[in-house]
Amino acid sequence: MKYKVLIGLEMHCEISETNTKVFSGAANTYTSHPNTNIRPVDMAFPGTLPVVNKEAVKKSLMASMILGCSQPEYVYFERKNYYYPDLPKGFQITQETKPAPIGIYGKLKFEVNGEEKEVRINNLHLEEDAASSDHYNRSSKINYNRAGVPLLELVTEPDLRSADEAVAFLETMRSIYQYAGISEADSKKGQIRCDVNVSIMDADKDENDMSNWGTKVEIKNVNSFGGVRDAINYEIERQTELKEQGRYDEVEQETRRWDEDSMSTIRMRSKVDAIDYKYFVEPNIPKIKLSKEWLEEIRKEIPELAGERKEKYINEYGISDYDATILVKEKNVADFYEEAIKEGTDPKSASNWITTNLLGSLNKLELTIEDITLTPSMLAELIKLVETKEISSKQAKEVFADTLTSGKTPKEIVKEKGMTQMSDAGEITKIANEVLDENAELVEKYKEGRTNVVDFMVGQIMKKTRGTANPGMARSTILEEIEKR
Amino acid sequence: MEYMNKGLVEIHEALKNGEVTSEELIKESLQKSHEVNEKCNAFVTILDDAKGINVTDDILSGIPYGIKDNYSTKGILSTGSSNTLKDYVPFFTATAIENLEKHGAVATNKTVMDEFGMGGTGTTGHTGIVKNPWDKARMCAGSSAGSAAAVAAGVYPYATGSDTGDSIRKPAAYCGIVGYKPTYGMISRYGLFPFASSLDHCGALTRSVEDAAIVTDAMKGIDKNDMTSWDSNNINLYESLNGNVKGKKLCYIKEICDINNYPDANDELKMHLKNFTEKLELCKKLGMEVEEVSVDKALLNAMPSVYVVISCAEATSNMSNLTGFIFGPRAEGDKWDLEMKNYRTKGFSPLIKRRFVIGSYVLQAQNKDRYFHNAQRVRRLLVDKWNELFEKYDAVILPVGSGPAKKLEGSSNILDKSTQVLEEHLQVGNFGGFPSITIPDGFIDGLPVALNITGKCYDDENVLNIAYALEKEMDYKDMVAGEAK
Repeated sequence: MKYKVLIGLEMHCEISETNTKVFSGAANTYTSHPNTNIRPVDMAFPGTLPVVNKEAVKKSLMASMILGCSQPEYVYFERKNYYYPDLPKGFQITQETKPAPIGIYGKLKFEVNGEEKEVRINNLHLEEDAASSDHYNRSSKINYNRAGVPLLELVTEPDLRSADEAVAFLETMRSIYQYAGISEADSKKGQIRCDVNVSIMDADKDENDMSNWGTKVEIKNVNSFGGVRDAINYEIERQTELKEQGRYDEVEQETRRWDEDSMSTIRMRSKVDAIDYKYFVEPNIPKIKLSKEWLEEIRKEIPELAGERKEKYINEYGISDYDATILVKEKNVADFYEEAIKEGTDPKSASNWITTNLLGSLNKLELTIEDITLTPSMLAELIKLVETKEISSKQAKEVFADTLTSGKTPKEIVKEKGMTQMSDAGEITKIANEVLDENAELVEKYKEGRTNVVDFMVGQIMKKTRGTANPGMARSTILEEIEKR
Repeated sequence: MEYMNKGLVEIHEALKNGEVTSEELIKESLQKSHEVNEKCNAFVTILDDAKGINVTDDILSGIPYGIKDNYSTKGILSTGSSNTLKDYVPFFTATAIENLEKHGAVATNKTVMDEFGMGGTGTTGHTGIVKNPWDKARMCAGSSAGSAAAVAAGVYPYATGSDTGDSIRKPAAYCGIVGYKPTYGMISRYGLFPFASSLDHCGALTRSVEDAAIVTDAMKGIDKNDMTSWDSNNINLYESLNGNVKGKKLCYIKEICDINNYPDANDELKMHLKNFTEKLELCKKLGMEVEEVSVDKALLNAMPSVYVVISCAEATSNMSNLTGFIFGPRAEGDKWDLEMKNYRTKGFSPLIKRRFVIGSYVLQAQNKDRYFHNAQRVRRLLVDKWNELFEKYDAVILPVGSGPAKKLEGSSNILDKSTQVLEEHLQVGNFGGFPSITIPDGFIDGLPVALNITGKCYDDENVLNIAYALEKEMDYKDMVAGEAK
């Protein structure tokens, strides 16, 4: 590689796990009905005032701690002044780096293709989201449900070196937000949005010397991780090509946007035209002193994150690294797994069922774990039915498929389908003798030492019982009865 | 028999004795409203359909009052005296007004003010100039001009006001009544159209200190919608009025009060300061100690600049919600930004636009430290100085303005630099959020003049008690214009 790539990210993630918005009493829930989660303050009616949501501050502080940032002595909010229809007040309440935001100077370790990397966090700040808008040819529609939703903006140093690293970092962050109960971090709901800063420099130069850095280009509003990957790769290619052609001076310090349709970045404005936001401290929110006790309390409440759970699965449950990685990738899958174990299920069986059958089915049916009717306790029940030999593992697969969408428990399904495994010794003995009678020549072969014929005869028993016979009992009965002949 | 020219306790007793009904009081107040509107142009809206109520033991119950038009009132036009809100009917009521309603107060009109409180003359409201009931050729000062005129003219015993620089206390002085703004945050600002949030106070205009205490007791209280409000449950202003001020210590500032500071002093100013000096003697007679202190002239002279910079900066941001999209008369335009521009260009008076330009200028990145941050630093110095005085003295006593109400013609645009400190010193009460009350202290050529008492934060009881004792020794309690003594 002739060039080194320097990538910095600004990741915006809505805090979805508070009851109300960050400075407003309106509900913070995702709804398909536009303009319903609104209080007067969200529309900036004259005389309304912001009131800080303590829960949002708490969740931000938790994120700040997980990222190894330092927390300020006092929390301040500032006004960022600009006019746009998605911002009824004419300013956004946010935090600047001075005075200190909710988190400053941290770092995060993450894994990319099995290799551990570290990225420095410049700062983390809490702000309010703007309304969402849809633009049509002759008009635009604005939905103020999103106006005032708490939003965490995380700014990294330019420590990422490839699109893979950037996406791996974002996935780690998403996992943190989900595991810490801060956000669903669902990009489909527009909860995650990124700005990407990309520059290239000669590979043989020292990256610790900022004067060797290339010109930084910012790509705004990339709304999916796939988009982040594509935008970075496109921009690396564009900048490299210009550099190769000796036209590097055409790379300008500018703001571009990622265009999904053309799969390219498009120039928005030069950095020279940057808006002066006229920041000043929000006078309606008195500075909030953060007590040591409160911070300590929050630190204690940080839940087990993906990495810790993975280690637990490997060390305590004896799950393979591969399977454990799959189990912790989505928090709700890991939660499902742990719930099943709480029901008394063997961790390995539960892991097998989830990693092979459950996730495979979800993938095929294009469903998420929230969409299905199977609960962890149902899975535990199913596994128990197999363990106690009430149904065969073949039957279990059929039952499992039914539990996904029917809303019925495995026991109900087994009963309805008359699936209960036959373990009545008398009945199996009767059928075994039928099979022996019908296959006199095989009995002969067995007596000659060809013991493999037993497999065929067990199969015959299964066939006659339409699979309901306990296969172990079928085999032992055949062996007992054949000796009597 | 007239009642609207009397004090609250007297009217309440008349109501309880059955001498008069609430309905009759409202009729009287409405009739006076129309008369005074003819004469002084004091009202934006007269609430002709106001109804009397069943009187309770609450002193305010069933008694009419006026509301400054920058208080949001549900279902009642609330314009802030601006064309930008000329048809705005809010759907929620300001907390302070809700509190008065809980005490049974009945509003009979909404009063004219300087547009959004951004003026000190009472001449910039969208419905025209407010005239002083003592002399129609003179101004009421502002911005609570209509409230001051109405209370002085005997329309009702009290009206609400708001005070960002001296907007309650100056008009009270010009109209011969009492103007009181309590400690910052004692009365919730929720529903008050903001001018400069860190300086804005709610308060009352009355004809006696006693009434100011009764009204403020009703308006105050912590409000979950205003984070700057605080719990004042343990403060009862009315009950703590005992007139016992023996041993209290007052100070006055030489650089403001000494006639030798004004070599070009006219007769009015000479009489005003002489009258003030006589009142200091009265204080001594009441058993208070009065001392002269000296404050750096440079610091005093910086007051108006500090005020302009901070108030304009906050105002330009606070009024960014006025776009004509969500409320207010929507303007024509090909695009949203043109619509907004037209709405703001047509809607705001030139004075306000000038303040917006100043506000934007001082917040621009290249100017912010020099102007905005320096203004904040000097604000802190001034507040520190006053707090230093409060360590030794119970209150600072000073004359208000440079004489009686100014003439409407020929004086409004002339800023007399030499007496600027006299005209502007009340602003320190807003810088520090100090409790501050103006009471009439004499007459010059048949026109009232006033003095002001300002104390340390949360010491409202003390400040009111000093004013109460002094008021008792003078002849200017319960004055109604035209009945001058």
